[in-house]
Amino acid sequence: MSVRNAEGQLALINARLLDPATGLDALGGLIIDGEVIASVGPHVTKAQIPDGLPFLDCQGLCLAPGLVDMRVQVREPGEEHKETLRTAGEAAVAGGVTAMVCLPNTEPVIDDVATVEFVARRARLNGLAKVYPYAAATKNLEGKELSEMGMLAEAGALGFTDGTLAIRNAMVMRRALSYAATFGAMIIQHPEEPSLAEGGAMNSGEYSTRMGLSGIPVAAEVIMLERDIRLVELTGGRYHAAHVSTAEGLNVIRTAKAKGLAVTCDTAPPYFALNELAVGDYRTFAKLSPPLRSENDRQAVVVGLVDGTIDAIVSDHAPQDQDSKRLPFAQAEPGGVGLETLLAVTLELHHTGHLTLLQALSLVTDKPATLLGLAAGRLKPGNAADLVLFDPARGWKVEPDKFHSKSKNTPFDGRLLQGLVDRTFVDGRIVFNRHA
Amino acid sequence: MTEHFYPHRHLLGIQGLGPLELTALLDLADGYVEQNRSVDKRKNLLRGRTLVNLFFENSTRTRTSFELAGKRLGADVINMQASSSSVQKGETLIDTAMTLNAMHLDVLVVRHPDSGAVKLLSEKVNCAVINAGDGSHEHPTQALLDALTIRRRKGQLAGLTVAICGDVQHSRVARSNIYLLLTMGARVRLIGPRTLIPTQVDRMGVEVFHDMRTGLKDVDVVMMLRIQNERMRGNFIPSIREYFHFFGLDYAKLSLAKPDAVIMHPGPMNRGVEIDSDVADDVERSLIREQVEMGVAVRMA
Repeated sequence: MSVRNAEGQLALINARLLDPATGLDALGGLIIDGEVIASVGPHVTKAQIPDGLPFLDCQGLCLAPGLVDMRVQVREPGEEHKETLRTAGEAAVAGGVTAMVCLPNTEPVIDDVATVEFVARRARLNGLAKVYPYAAATKNLEGKELSEMGMLAEAGALGFTDGTLAIRNAMVMRRALSYAATFGAMIIQHPEEPSLAEGGAMNSGEYSTRMGLSGIPVAAEVIMLERDIRLVELTGGRYHAAHVSTAEGLNVIRTAKAKGLAVTCDTAPPYFALNELAVGDYRTFAKLSPPLRSENDRQAVVVGLVDGTIDAIVSDHAPQDQDSKRLPFAQAEPGGVGLETLLAVTLELHHTGHLTLLQALSLVTDKPATLLGLAAGRLKPGNAADLVLFDPARGWKVEPDKFHSKSKNTPFDGRLLQGLVDRTFVDGRIVFNRHA
Repeated sequence: MTEHFYPHRHLLGIQGLGPLELTALLDLADGYVEQNRSVDKRKNLLRGRTLVNLFFENSTRTRTSFELAGKRLGADVINMQASSSSVQKGETLIDTAMTLNAMHLDVLVVRHPDSGAVKLLSEKVNCAVINAGDGSHEHPTQALLDALTIRRRKGQLAGLTVAICGDVQHSRVARSNIYLLLTMGARVRLIGPRTLIPTQVDRMGVEVFHDMRTGLKDVDVVMMLRIQNERMRGNFIPSIREYFHFFGLDYAKLSLAKPDAVIMHPGPMNRGVEIDSDVADDVERSLIREQVEMGVAVRMA
């Protein structure tokens, strides 16, 4: 009996409950009532639940809040051959992600209220992972004129960013931070000084020299972060740096946080699980933006995750089709898909002893939810029943052909990982079931 | 006749003037209101004197107002538009002052696009100088006419709460009004998006709001500022519709102010940008036309 009854009720029993927000890590259960969590805790057992209530015996698997992924490129509208809201939704729930925030770098750009509503409505119809958009910080991502942030925020945009492009003009960034703060909204920056990154294909250093590829220096990230933090001081704005990849960059963030500035950041699995050697024999799947960095930087990212400098882990999901990747390295598009590997690569931090299981989960559940102001990422009665049931120890091999994502460009191709999603629930419905 | 109460030669700004001086100026202006409403509007106080309107920036309302004020007091009034003068030919401001000195003027009314330019001129000429607006710095006669308008409607300025809404960053009207209203004992709130509220303006003694709903609560006077079109194109604010949605004055937002709150605007208005037409034309609430009338009286004073 694992089907919900007519009232939409279902008990999940005999689960290892993991709720990072409260520190709960105990055997128990959870009752779904319609779309929400009715109750959760060690007291929810087979003996305690009402007679006749359908239940699912989780057999000791981990039950945690569904993952909240604050950086996903969905590609719809405009590049549906790479990914659609439906395939991204399927990939998300297969990876245990129940809420994702999409970047505005679509075609057309998400810079007006109608496009925000289009994305929200299309995603809702799919009924898979929930999709919340960031809207463009500047019109058409041109870095010149501010977008209608007030109206976009009212329509549901969770923040403002020029996506994979940095807001390069300092005056535009100043005004964007200032104007967004009028509405209490956050500016998300791709922290990379474009004039230093232009034409670069990988991290600048010994390996780029040996491979004859032009490099993107660490300084490109550091300079942009330092500039932006000065502007945060000037404007009192709310700033979030996406996918920070360098030791020096993290030091800048660390200092800003110590000053009490409203600065936060995230990183993505490749930056703590891989280094520039993954580019190896010109593997374009390992061409990312920002580029994979040195081993020293990778270790610093791990330290940043452990000491709390980094607030969240994002998938940085960036689908690219064959035609964009099967090219000479310098010409290939950057980015890798990440929705289906986010949980397992994050769990590596636990398996290697850097973080506890709850600490690792927190970086992909309640912490990003708090940054975004979403009532998600918690096992809290009354919240939507967005859940993931997974086996943290179960090993698997990354085989891109089995991905639900339309694009297969993962930098983790062939990697052995531990931690497999069993079932995923959105609003109390089972939207992914490995046994189905 | 101004010697009795106004010991200064020039009127360059409100900053530095005390409550007694301001009250005396307002009282005097109040007296001219009746004169301007009568059939014979002319006095000869300034007979034989020469008043020059020197405008380095286009203006119809202010220039006409000064011209009328001068003529009604019997002065000879000459308008000089910078576009038709030697300034266009490259003359510096100080050379212009020397030229004017040679013409033996009595009063010079100046508007200039640069803050501080009027003061520079006043140091070089031999006549009295009245600032008719310098850059984003001050526009003292506008503040005085606003104050007179409010005083005639509300009885006094002290104790009132006045909200100044919109582009404070670039507004000389706002700065003069802040000085005047605070000097006279009113409370001043500024409301606008952060991009249009100048840095550290709270140190001037005003309260800053970024939401009309909280900023307009229980105010007595709503003073709207003009948004200039060149600021609308994504630099300071994204668009007209977004600006009006959050910061344009309509009845819904006005309903949060006191029921007898009045609306003012220094003109020229952008209907549908910072102010809804229905609100602007509301005879009960809008003092926008009365402001123009008070302008002539103030400039006579």
